[in-house]
Amino acid sequence: MEDQIEALERSADITGGGQINLANLTDGLRAEREQGITIDVAYRYFATPRRKFIIADTPGHIQYTRNMVTGASTANLSIVLVDARLGVIEQSRRHTCIASLLRIPHLVVAINKMDLVDWSEERFLEIRDQFEEFLPRLDMKDVKFIPISALDGDNVVTLSERMPWYHGPTLLDHLETVHIGSDRTLDGFRLPVQWVNRPANPADPELHDFRGFSGQIAGGIARVGKKVIVLPSRLCTTIKEIHTAQGAATEAFSPQSVTLVLEDDIDISRGDLIAGLNTPPGSSTELQANICWMHPRPLQPGRKYLLKHTTQTVQAIVTSIEHRLNFTDLEAESTPAELALNDIGEIRLKTSKPLHFDGYASNRLTGSFILIEQGTNATAGAGMLFAPKELVKPEYVDFAI
Amino acid sequence: MHSYHIDHLQFLETEAIHVLREVTAEFERPAMLFSGGKDSICLLRLAEKAFRPSSIPMPFLNIDTGHHFPELNEFRDRRAKELGAKLIVRKVEDAIAQGIAVPAPGEVSRNRLQIPTLLAAIDEFQFDCSIGGARRDEEKARAKERFFSFRDGFGQWDPKNQRPEIWNLYNTRVNPGESMRAFPLSNWTEMDVWEYIRQERLEVPSIYFSHKRCCVRRHGQWLPVTELLPPKNGEKVEELVVRVRTIGDIISTGCVESPAATVDDILAEIAAARVTERGSRADDKSSEAAMEDRKKAGYF
Repeated sequence: MEDQIEALERSADITGGGQINLANLTDGLRAEREQGITIDVAYRYFATPRRKFIIADTPGHIQYTRNMVTGASTANLSIVLVDARLGVIEQSRRHTCIASLLRIPHLVVAINKMDLVDWSEERFLEIRDQFEEFLPRLDMKDVKFIPISALDGDNVVTLSERMPWYHGPTLLDHLETVHIGSDRTLDGFRLPVQWVNRPANPADPELHDFRGFSGQIAGGIARVGKKVIVLPSRLCTTIKEIHTAQGAATEAFSPQSVTLVLEDDIDISRGDLIAGLNTPPGSSTELQANICWMHPRPLQPGRKYLLKHTTQTVQAIVTSIEHRLNFTDLEAESTPAELALNDIGEIRLKTSKPLHFDGYASNRLTGSFILIEQGTNATAGAGMLFAPKELVKPEYVDFAI
Repeated sequence: MHSYHIDHLQFLETEAIHVLREVTAEFERPAMLFSGGKDSICLLRLAEKAFRPSSIPMPFLNIDTGHHFPELNEFRDRRAKELGAKLIVRKVEDAIAQGIAVPAPGEVSRNRLQIPTLLAAIDEFQFDCSIGGARRDEEKARAKERFFSFRDGFGQWDPKNQRPEIWNLYNTRVNPGESMRAFPLSNWTEMDVWEYIRQERLEVPSIYFSHKRCCVRRHGQWLPVTELLPPKNGEKVEELVVRVRTIGDIISTGCVESPAATVDDILAEIAAARVTERGSRADDKSSEAAMEDRKKAGYF
């Protein structure tokens, strides 16, 4: 936009020797412009006639990995930028690995600065091979390699005439057409109860007995008449009414925010889970997870934290550290003494109350948690749960009368 | 066959409702900032949807700089009354009289002075979370903001040390004296806001639409001529057909020449715009870090 370019020119005239610096467009903090680095995620928005986009511009430096994880955790697609002159560096491996751990469904490797390697197909293939060496060790389903030069926009929006050997889509073409519709979980109904909706002193007498359960559907489809199980009580009931942002409905699905009214009067509070009776989750106090550590005070076995999972916060103790991931060779080191800031590893935990959960691989929302340090309230870690060893067994449940 | 697809506006709506409910469930004394501007009008609609059939379970708070457009205050009071909500207004001039806000010699703008006024109101009512309509696409320091923005005992934002915010798991914990700001519209753009206003048929103050107004040209902007902003020597007052794109104080809000008389006209105008919304706000142009500095001091 013109006023933003004008602001860049203004600062260029004063501090930049006349050269405008496009990074200052997203490096919105004084400390970032001062040091010429990106510290925290910047969100940018644009729309094309085909799609609307939210870009999370995340830092590359290892010191700010936690901010990269913040930006990546909600993404449908990640773009790893590689400098064609440098090829794969530790940062490329780290970012690809984090994208895979977070299960971002789509990855684009954009090989940039092709102008500086003479638009060479050979160099492009070389870098692709460097990626192919470690990609099989990660769980990535959809990876696309695109040679670009951001300087003049080659293969960014329009196909480059200087790389006739490339026959794939441009970056924007790919972003506009990649299929993201099936990235959500539509089986296994899950509603973590966020808030109990009970009107105080309603003018309408019909609302005196209204008791709704509000929350964002974390998986699957809710239908009026559907049998559900409530955890932890294990009582079963039926969905009576569904209220969505658009009004009353006969069905609703993930990720809609809804309010449900149930047939039976059961004790349900924030933190409880309403789940489909035929597709129950796991429920346990003993958990296994991958974790990104985000706090300067290292994670050690025996440490206690608050654990927030969906809408429930419980106490948790780390019982053991199984592995630590080494980003240089992507190998796992067994039983390290601790996980330091920006480390990723596998841990075991015990919680004060059971979590009702799915494996992160099958549901990002019911399979994730954060650890909070008591006292400072710092967000210290981001965890991704392993699939439950056993599921809640519906045959043991009681039906509400 | 149902497609189980939600469009972009529905996605933003469901995300904002989730944030609003999280505030109500996790905080004891939340408040919602309501100015009557277009973003807070959307926020209000989202809050109605998030909590219905219950009424919005928190009071509204507005910091009146005394330099507001009169149309905006009229609209603010009327909407709060229609919803039966408790509206708390705290005035910058009262804060000045009480010594809470101290103007610099010759300082005319009330922009900086809203900060101590807001912090005093948060303290007075012991609000532990205030919900605002700020959007990341407005300004580059705001582009760095989290949905839940932690503020220390001085109301300060520490941009170099923000809590990581992963998935939709918001860490809302604060110690006594500390507080949170929550921004449910973080991911909304100016275009999304107007599309939502159209979809929900929301009423907005008349100054967003084309009208006649006397303006002077100053620092590349058309500023409205009022008692607070009389023309300087040599400045020519012109009556123009204008509208406002973003509303701040009457002395720092630039008007844009526009014939847009309906929401559809405004949407067409934004789609073709070459200048961002905040390009018409003098308070943002005072330095490259103007917004960051104000936010660090406790501003929204």
